[in-house]
Amino acid sequence: MSDAILQVKNLRVYYGTPGRPVRAVDGVSLDIGESEVVGLVGESGCGKSTLGRGILGLLPDGARADGEVLYDGQNLVAMSQKSVRRMRGPELGLIFQEPMTRLNPLLRIEGHFRETLEQHEPNLTDAEVRRRSLETLGRMGIPPTRFRQYPHEFSGGMRQRIMIALALVLRPKLLVADEPTTSLDVIVEGQILALLADLKNNFGTALLLITHNLGIVAESCDRMAVMYAGRIAEEGPVREIFAEPAHPYTRELLRSTISLDTTELHSIPGAPPNLIDPPPGCRFHPRCPNAMTVCAQLEPIEQRFEDGRRVLCWLHGPNDRIPAGGGAPLERELLGVADEA
Amino acid sequence: MAGTSLRTYLITRLALVVPMVFILLTLVFLLLRVAPGNPIQAALGGHVPAAYVHQIEHRLGFDKPLITQYGEYLWNILRGNFGTTITDNRPLSQIIEQNGAATLELTFFAMLIAIVVGVLIGLVAGRYRDTPLDIFGRLFGIFIYATPVFFLGLMAQLVFGVWLGWLPTSDQASPITQALLQTHTNIFFVDAIWDGNWGALWDITKHLILPATTLGLVTAGVFIRLVRVNVIRTMRDDYIEAARARGIAEHRVVFAHAFKNALVPVITIVGLNLAILLGGAVLTETTFNWPGIGHELVVYLENRDYTAVQGIIIVFALVVVAVSVLVDFLNAYVDPRIRY
Repeated sequence: MSDAILQVKNLRVYYGTPGRPVRAVDGVSLDIGESEVVGLVGESGCGKSTLGRGILGLLPDGARADGEVLYDGQNLVAMSQKSVRRMRGPELGLIFQEPMTRLNPLLRIEGHFRETLEQHEPNLTDAEVRRRSLETLGRMGIPPTRFRQYPHEFSGGMRQRIMIALALVLRPKLLVADEPTTSLDVIVEGQILALLADLKNNFGTALLLITHNLGIVAESCDRMAVMYAGRIAEEGPVREIFAEPAHPYTRELLRSTISLDTTELHSIPGAPPNLIDPPPGCRFHPRCPNAMTVCAQLEPIEQRFEDGRRVLCWLHGPNDRIPAGGGAPLERELLGVADEA
Repeated sequence: MAGTSLRTYLITRLALVVPMVFILLTLVFLLLRVAPGNPIQAALGGHVPAAYVHQIEHRLGFDKPLITQYGEYLWNILRGNFGTTITDNRPLSQIIEQNGAATLELTFFAMLIAIVVGVLIGLVAGRYRDTPLDIFGRLFGIFIYATPVFFLGLMAQLVFGVWLGWLPTSDQASPITQALLQTHTNIFFVDAIWDGNWGALWDITKHLILPATTLGLVTAGVFIRLVRVNVIRTMRDDYIEAARARGIAEHRVVFAHAFKNALVPVITIVGLNLAILLGGAVLTETTFNWPGIGHELVVYLENRDYTAVQGIIIVFALVVVAVSVLVDFLNAYVDPRIRY
């Protein structure tokens, strides 16, 4: 991945809690190439949003990060707050799950654009600010007549279009979209996704798309990463992963989606583990149908496939690191106990 | 488009004032007629021949049917004639002009102090939550709010008036200033400036400092807590995070987004307190012997002078109506969502 515009290396994000910290992101590495669309999937509470925000250095008070987020040769994790702030907008953009509350209700749409452009490009003339804003809004399907309106005069779908335009008006190289359509209805969801999928053609922007919806990933992403309990379980080209998921979690996740062929609902029993005290070994082993004895004892080692995939699962070896007898199926009893915990 | 809707809102709001005032006037009229006891007898002090009472009742029109009295009452108010007090034959217009002006003067400066102190401390405490600044601001707010205004006033009189001897402890101005000051607006502070009488202005200012600061600080106690809570809540709002995600500088996020939005609900509370203060801060006025309208109301109430009480209450009611209209205007101007 020599053409990666953003490289996340062994990123950890801790939320300080009294007692022990919550490791929401625990040693994640991920590359995003120029104009690439990467899907980030996983259940709620797996650290997807924290990873997305961590990339932009937008963590809540009390959160700490270490590791590297390399952009343009600079490590964002080690940079000063002010320097990272300057990169948010012109280099890295973020759009949110809930568009209804993301615009300041007292500020006209014009005010949001003016503020954003003047912050990062202080030499722009008024006419230039207006032209750039209207052009970006126009591409998102918002007509110029609505430029001077207030946020409450727009529907949820339109506000999300405005949020996207507000992020794109600065031409960032990477846009992180944190479940951008979760709160919208299906028709609007489709429209917004079509806009996002066209980003690389229209703006040359790379996209990290955080979502629950595997259908969206299949349709619009080049690569995908499956996150579980703060780690990336499997990552690689979308086509290969959908054709033959290597990690049992990915497989179960794919089986849980509903399609026309669905005859009965499938779900993964249990819930993602408590991140203050995650299970030992592989974090998925208490819920994994393929769990082996080794999975409860040792942390899995990342394996790379020839098709560009990497997987964090003992099923794919390395076999020489599995202790004697470790390949035996995990006792049912153990499963039950871990499940209850 | 937004301008038109703002204008529509304002016109609608103003039109609503008419029924509101009408209902208020009717209520005041009815309440005072329903109140037990004969006001004339009470005002004159008990042992008066019935014939004399009837004579006065007739002179004042209290022997007419209620509906006629009501009609005359409304007609008089419409002409701006609020009547004359029973006990000392003072036209109510004079009370409003003179005592009202004293209250207006005190209210203006007290409100100025309350807003500056209350909003500033509230903003700082909210922005720097849980730091020593916040703890100091909160303690100050609770202390100042919990202290009875007359106690605070008495302490201020003791320290600055008696011990240090810096400031006068009562009255609106010294007698010599009162005697020499030309009347233009009845507001001493303005009259002194009007004539360029700087000696009088200095004297008036000195008299204002203690009552205005006392009243202002007590009112500030309310504002501190309200502003602080609003700032903390607003700083957690989604659009604050969204602004940060666009790389907006922190000082702009705080001032243009958080503070501005946090102060919207404060407009209403400031207006409410303004109406209360304009109605006469009775305790403060009494403590500092300030000839305000609240002070006057208490005197007339004690004397059962129902015409005076009725007139003063009507003025209060009108002040509350005017202030609430003003507050609604300001809110609609600042917050576009209200216009709908």
